[in-house]
Amino acid sequence: MTSAPDATPAAPAAAAGGPPLLRISDLSVHFGPVHAVNQVSLDVAAGPFGLGLIGESGSGKTTIGRAVLRLVRSSGGSITFAGQDVGSLRGAALQAYRRDAQIVFQNPDNSLDPRMRIGGTIAEALNAHRIVSRGDIPGRVAELLTEAGLDPTFAERYPHQLSGGQRQRVAIARALSVQPKLLVLDEPTSALDVRTQAHMLKLIARLRAERELSYLLITHNFGVVSELCEQTAVLYLGKVAEIGATDVLLSSPAHPYTVALRSAVPEVDVAARRSRIVLSGDAPDAANPPSGCVFHPRCPLAVDRCRTDVPQLREVTPARQVACHRAEDVLAGVALSTHHRSRTAETASSAPDLG
Amino acid sequence: MTELPPAPAGPSGRLAITSLDISFGPRKVVSIDELRLDHAEIVGIAGESGSGKSMTTLAILGLARTVGATVSGSIVFDGKELTALSQDDLREIRGRRIAAIFQSPSTAFSPVYKVGTIVTKALRLHGATKSEAADRAAEAMRQVLLAPDLLRRYPSQLSGGQLQRVAIALALALRAEILLADEPTSALDVTIQAEVLDLLRDLRETTGMSILFISHDLAVVAELCDRVAVMRNGVIVEQGPASQVLSSPADPYTSELLDSVPKLATTK
Repeated sequence: MTSAPDATPAAPAAAAGGPPLLRISDLSVHFGPVHAVNQVSLDVAAGPFGLGLIGESGSGKTTIGRAVLRLVRSSGGSITFAGQDVGSLRGAALQAYRRDAQIVFQNPDNSLDPRMRIGGTIAEALNAHRIVSRGDIPGRVAELLTEAGLDPTFAERYPHQLSGGQRQRVAIARALSVQPKLLVLDEPTSALDVRTQAHMLKLIARLRAERELSYLLITHNFGVVSELCEQTAVLYLGKVAEIGATDVLLSSPAHPYTVALRSAVPEVDVAARRSRIVLSGDAPDAANPPSGCVFHPRCPLAVDRCRTDVPQLREVTPARQVACHRAEDVLAGVALSTHHRSRTAETASSAPDLG
Repeated sequence: MTELPPAPAGPSGRLAITSLDISFGPRKVVSIDELRLDHAEIVGIAGESGSGKSMTTLAILGLARTVGATVSGSIVFDGKELTALSQDDLREIRGRRIAAIFQSPSTAFSPVYKVGTIVTKALRLHGATKSEAADRAAEAMRQVLLAPDLLRRYPSQLSGGQLQRVAIALALALRAEILLADEPTSALDVTIQAEVLDLLRDLRETTGMSILFISHDLAVVAELCDRVAVMRNGVIVEQGPASQVLSSPADPYTSELLDSVPKLATTK
């Protein structure tokens, strides 16, 4: 089974302002009544480039990553990779895409076979895609382990003999083994200690430069996107709340949800600490989303219009789009209610209805 | 059955650890000279996996032996030497006066019981009557800003943040004087983490509860704790007021942990 030569799409010359490597247009993913992803459009430029997807559990960030890899079926919209429609890929073309786009999951315990040695796990990918000849596999495995910051002798070990951080490096080595152009990094550091996380972020930064990688980085941690992503999209209940250059989003968020998310990040430096914006209640039920702006029940700035009109993404400042009727007010510095207002009664009665 | 005491008013929730050694066979995993927790104080233990912070928690709960460790040294709570108490006497303290919450609340609750059943059962075991238990459970739920109705749900029907709050509610319902919190927010979203931290801070104010907060994340420790002890390989390398330790660390390991916290672009 050899991949047809024409199956590997020649990446268009990645000139500045050239076509994106990955274009997600109006993507929707529905699981029965649950609209996990709702008309999301995102572009990922050719590498080196990072797009951060940030949001709470249930915001749809993981589902978008999986839809990109065709691990879940999309219900609407399109995904284009290097000019080809991903949804219609078949046979050899699909196999080539499976090589070009790789994923690293949050928990390496679930993505590495506990009964297979590390070397075998990586060799399997090399073999399946015929990346190198059989005889060259051990050498390539050693190179990949070294590239991921591990000793080549780890090839002989089993996953349980490695720490969580080491296992995550193996997952990265395996993803890189097939020379992908695009990585989906799904919370790659959330299960790790901070010091291990810091090492992992350095590794990703180095690989991105060396291999000119593009990636979608899925996380709930603003610190992680700040270090690794040029662009960031803030997702709420399956929709893009705000998208733009990461430093713009961090320094002057325009969506109240971005402000709240930003304010929840713990900071060592007392001086840098911002007053916390408390969101009442938990994220609403995605099977029964609120009318108007899906964020309005938790939004400290919600006005009548927010309950009826769905805000469209619009450019409020250059290089940034926001889906909020009151974005200008947020940017003008209107006070969002902060921590230590009385929350007791209100939260007690607004527990979400599950089911 | 003993009567549940009223909420403690005086400086009763105080814990002092001295010369504590915890070993597995010949291998010493924890060696703490001194660690103190005062009334209504929040002390952080910061360190990575394997630093011995969780074993220390188990030793305070009298559970280190159950995982095969040997414990020597002294852990004094309210004038009682915990390491010398029988399991029966420890049971009077563990859970009730010294409560614990863990990283993954979903594994702390049996999936086959409604959370209310679990909470009231714990209260009943510690001497509350049936109606007292129900009242207290509802009251504690309100204290953690949850609707008492949620007690009728199964753990799988609650979010991670809600479950962690129910775990805290259980400690409150038992009028715990000390809460051992072992990475209680590490599995939660940042927004939910911030809410749980707010809640712990508020509860310390309103109930005088003392909290031993264990975390690998110095930013979280900085937000919450009065004092911090930094642990590495079972030893406290540095301890002191959180503001001092985190702004001018004396030990290079503390600096390394601080540097590991991802920097936000705007604070670079």
